[in-house]
Amino acid sequence: MSLLTRLFGEKKKTAAIAKERLQLIIAREHVDGKSSPDFLPALQKELLDVISKYVKIAPEDIKVQLERQDNLEILEVNIILNETSSSRAQ
Amino acid sequence: MRIVVVTSGKGGVGKTTTSAAFASGLALRGFKTAVIDFDVGLRNLDLIMGCERRVVYDFVNVVQGEAKLTQALIKDKHVDTLHILPASQTKDKDALTEEGVEKVIKELEAMGFDYVVCDSPAGIERGALMALLFADEAIVVTNPEVSSVRDSDRILGILQSKSRRAIEGRDPVKEHLLVTRYSAKRVEEGEMLSYKDIQELLRVPLLGVIPESDAVLHASNQGVPAIHLKGTDVAEAYADVVSRFLGEDKPLRFVSYEKPSLIKRIFGGT
Repeated sequence: MSLLTRLFGEKKKTAAIAKERLQLIIAREHVDGKSSPDFLPALQKELLDVISKYVKIAPEDIKVQLERQDNLEILEVNIILNETSSSRAQ
Repeated sequence: MRIVVVTSGKGGVGKTTTSAAFASGLALRGFKTAVIDFDVGLRNLDLIMGCERRVVYDFVNVVQGEAKLTQALIKDKHVDTLHILPASQTKDKDALTEEGVEKVIKELEAMGFDYVVCDSPAGIERGALMALLFADEAIVVTNPEVSSVRDSDRILGILQSKSRRAIEGRDPVKEHLLVTRYSAKRVEEGEMLSYKDIQELLRVPLLGVIPESDAVLHASNQGVPAIHLKGTDVAEAYADVVSRFLGEDKPLRFVSYEKPSLIKRIFGGT
């Protein structure tokens, strides 16, 4: 061991690094497994049904997507109302 | 009858070694036990059990109705109450069907077997899925190493979604963690994940820890299940595993490392 590492403390043990990496990857894979985007089409259809009760809307006017940033998940729903229907809704 | 799958996701972690030792241990306790090799195309349980020259018919022959189960079962040469059902070496890996496997398992039950140990192939494909499909309990074999731990996590997810128990909404498969190829010395030195780390990551009750040992190679060289190598730490660790599986309270062994004292280091000694 070099004098420098002796002076500034030991390097992190590799087992600790392994544990940390596994904690992250396992947590992430659990999230992927559970909220796999296969429910998105169903969600989109149900949203369409509900909104259609009040506003005339085409299926392609609803966009549903799941985005992931680090350990944050964002469910993004975009609903575009065209001119006539939006004026009716107001 | 209880069906126990020995699985891991990753290859080479000790599934077949464990299946052979564990099934032998159950049989030594007097339970009528069958151990089935699900690794169609790459059979190895017969070699580990030392019965490779007595294989005439195999699992796939029975599933496809080409042989009777009684013709394909091989009686173990060490323990009377143990029988081996070898995998096919030549057939396609898709030769195992759900109905076929179910038929064999029902027949084993009718023959009065207490335990069926299913030795799963690596991976998450058909053979592995068939091995875990009917399981009541699962032994997840894991090495203290990142890829093995991750694959074990994956296979646990599959047990919880694709086993018959999961599909039919019955009580879930009872999971056990078995850490193999463990080096207490390297754990002590911070070079290897500890069994506590692995348990914390996978959140499965620990069934045992099998130390890394030369005895495992000696056992496979001779075709003798490791549990029979009297006096070795591996044999004792597997015997403990069987005891714990049967509900007995056995403290963990071979998990701590004593640093050799200065005097020992200077003057040698074992």
